[in-house]
Amino acid sequence: MAVKITGKAIFSLLFLLGVFGACNLVKKQEKENPDTESSVEKGAPKIEIVSDTPAFMANGEKVYVENCLVCHQADGKGVSGLNPPIFNSEYVNGDKSRLLKILFKGSNEGLVVQGTTYSNAMPGFATLNDTAIAHVASYIRNSFGNSTDSITIEQVARFRSSEYQ
Amino acid sequence: MNLQSIATGHIRKLCICGCLAAFFVTGCKEEPKTMESGSVLVPSPDNAGLKLPEGFGAIQVAESLGKPRHIAVNSQGGIYIKLREPVKGQGILYLEDTDGDGITDIKEGFGDYGGTGICIVDDHLYASSDEQVFGYTMDANGKVKNPTMPDTLVTGLIARRAHESKSLTADGSGNLYVNIGAYSNACQVEDRKVGSPAMMPCPILDSAGGIWRFRTDKLNQSYGEGVRFATGLRNVVGLDWNHEVNKLFVTQHGRDMLNTLFPELYDVETSAILPAETLYMLDEGDDAGWPYIYYDQQQKKKIQAPEYGGDGKKTGGENAIDPVVAFPGHMAPNALLFYTGDMFPERYRNGAFIAFHGSWNRAPEPQAGYMVAFVPFSNGKPSGDWEVFADGFSGMQEVLSPNDAAHRPTGLAQGPDGSLYVSDDQGGSLFRIIYTKK
Repeated sequence: MAVKITGKAIFSLLFLLGVFGACNLVKKQEKENPDTESSVEKGAPKIEIVSDTPAFMANGEKVYVENCLVCHQADGKGVSGLNPPIFNSEYVNGDKSRLLKILFKGSNEGLVVQGTTYSNAMPGFATLNDTAIAHVASYIRNSFGNSTDSITIEQVARFRSSEYQ
Repeated sequence: MNLQSIATGHIRKLCICGCLAAFFVTGCKEEPKTMESGSVLVPSPDNAGLKLPEGFGAIQVAESLGKPRHIAVNSQGGIYIKLREPVKGQGILYLEDTDGDGITDIKEGFGDYGGTGICIVDDHLYASSDEQVFGYTMDANGKVKNPTMPDTLVTGLIARRAHESKSLTADGSGNLYVNIGAYSNACQVEDRKVGSPAMMPCPILDSAGGIWRFRTDKLNQSYGEGVRFATGLRNVVGLDWNHEVNKLFVTQHGRDMLNTLFPELYDVETSAILPAETLYMLDEGDDAGWPYIYYDQQQKKKIQAPEYGGDGKKTGGENAIDPVVAFPGHMAPNALLFYTGDMFPERYRNGAFIAFHGSWNRAPEPQAGYMVAFVPFSNGKPSGDWEVFADGFSGMQEVLSPNDAAHRPTGLAQGPDGSLYVSDDQGGSLFRIIYTKK
């Protein structure tokens, strides 16, 4: 069953994460200052904090390092005139279908990002599975200074089946 | 023509710092060069951040130039700069230093096209867009007479984004040599795609992937009128005619992505340094072997490209020429200049300076290049190992991503006094390297 992640959902998630983060911070302070009043726990529910980053980030980064970093670089800023930047790119942060098309089929038309044309061809990555593509797409939309809604595995699967009958 | 003075407060500041530096330099008994006008060339504070051999100094003669690619200096010391993209409709800049302090104080511009190539032969200036080569005539002061009406010497050259810059040089005998880069990394059916097969024979080579020769005295030449002078060159950005031995020399950018495309044959570390960036001496009809082979500077052999059945060890290209010098991979040799001046010490005369733009394809390994190298030459042959001549352009110890670098050496030119000019298309600066020791 597809779970639609809307802007609202993202906001709620981020809000929750923020709360968790704050909890973590408080806990850290408690550790450092065990005598503070708040360290006295009386029947307070225990909250297990596993991670404050979305699940796609770790695998998305792995996919990025293996497939994208050599051209788009560790900082996502690309290479001047050759390989376009990930950061602040409309092709990354904008329409999801357009981004998925580039990820699946590559691009060899000289994309213009922030007024500069980038000349190298990008190969397609249709051989990666839906999870890898969803995670790396979501990763680049939320890394290097970008902050955009993620792309789900179901959205990638739907795109693949519509493009490759 | 749009005249623009660039005597800004910043430049005044540089001058004041320069005067202070002059005091210290004089104190070290390294007398600065005195120019004809009586002014004194004074290195920028800390040599503008460049690291140079003892006795050399650097002046940052201009900044905020946009993306300066190749450069040429006329016999009066006026500097022509080809811009990658026009700035305010001007794709060629003309800079002049009227008071002889090294800092340029006149800036003009013309030519509404972007590009890379530019060179001067006698009273002619040649400049290229990515499809055409234009010819200009200079007056007795070295100023272009026909800035808006150049001769179209060459037209209709292939430009398919990748390796599209048409770098050029001339032999002084009526011939222009123009690079037409291959619009491909390794001639795969799908460029840079894992598993995509290579094309055999590589169809790109009929109209790109080589050096074409044209005449300087004919208009509207294209492939039909030109000669494919040399082939099997993936992308040459640096070209210079060596007048000592009357030969064309070129620097080729070697192929990318050995590890990305063939991880089972090349690990990340090997792929960062292979294949070699190469300096070739070219005769008419030469074949340097791309895409079928690459040069391995460690094995000192021409190795069969993995797309064409290679395994990293199998040699190939029996009919392909060997490089004159092989440098470590991906450093991007963007300009070549044989030094004929008499300002620098004797060992530099007739040697080759090479501007390395700096790598990107070494990622995730640290990048390399971002410097100007020197190869001593004797009778048209290297007489020693290559060495780093000018370093420090990046402004950092180790470059991880190219965009972190402050400057990237792009073009080279020799001034009439023997100064070496270096352009930088990352920071938009122009440097002048002088020898200050007596």
